[in-house]
Amino acid sequence: MAETKKLSLIAFSGDFDKLTAVFTLATGAAAVGYEVNIFFTFWGLDAIKRKKGRSFTGGTFLTKIFGFMMGGLKVTPTSRFNFCGLGPRIFRSLMRKNNVATLEELVEAATALGVNLYACEMAMHVLGLKQSDFIHEVKDTLGVATFLELSEGGRTMFI
Amino acid sequence: MTFVKTKLKLAQIAAGDTLEVLLTEGEPLENVPRSAREQGYNVLSVEHVEGNVHKVTILK
Repeated sequence: MAETKKLSLIAFSGDFDKLTAVFTLATGAAAVGYEVNIFFTFWGLDAIKRKKGRSFTGGTFLTKIFGFMMGGLKVTPTSRFNFCGLGPRIFRSLMRKNNVATLEELVEAATALGVNLYACEMAMHVLGLKQSDFIHEVKDTLGVATFLELSEGGRTMFI
Repeated sequence: MTFVKTKLKLAQIAAGDTLEVLLTEGEPLENVPRSAREQGYNVLSVEHVEGNVHKVTILK
């Protein structure tokens, strides 16, 4: 049990429910003293965009359209029962009613607890995103090699 | 999540101050005092308030 208290999460999904799982794990682990790293890649990058709604972020015409369709944290769809965007609103109201932190509160808590946020360099290239498109808490943009180095000696999960 | 909220509140108060947390029985009541102790905080008391609600007092 000499394992370092370290949790590294690969946030691949941009789904509301899966991102909720990412940030619940991250905040829970950080609160009990874990070093937590989240590596956002592809759809997961939606969670850390500075513009939380829909905006034409991206470099070219095509990536701007993608950027608009993907959107930010506030418009993330649920993986099931999305009902054209109604699903996340229902889940958010259920979470509030049951005194469970909403996704936005979880992200806030994660940054307050010092969770390390990283963006995937390759996915950013593909989607035409720059580090300035992300919230300032994002520490760096990384590739696989650096992520492996960071996560070494701890547990890693792919969500 | 309950401990996450507790931890964030503990970060806001000064050393020597106490924090009172109302918790329901089950996972929150088991987890919060245990995690607080593990993190080096002093759990002063756990009192029954009413129904399944308990008040935990933590010293920073």
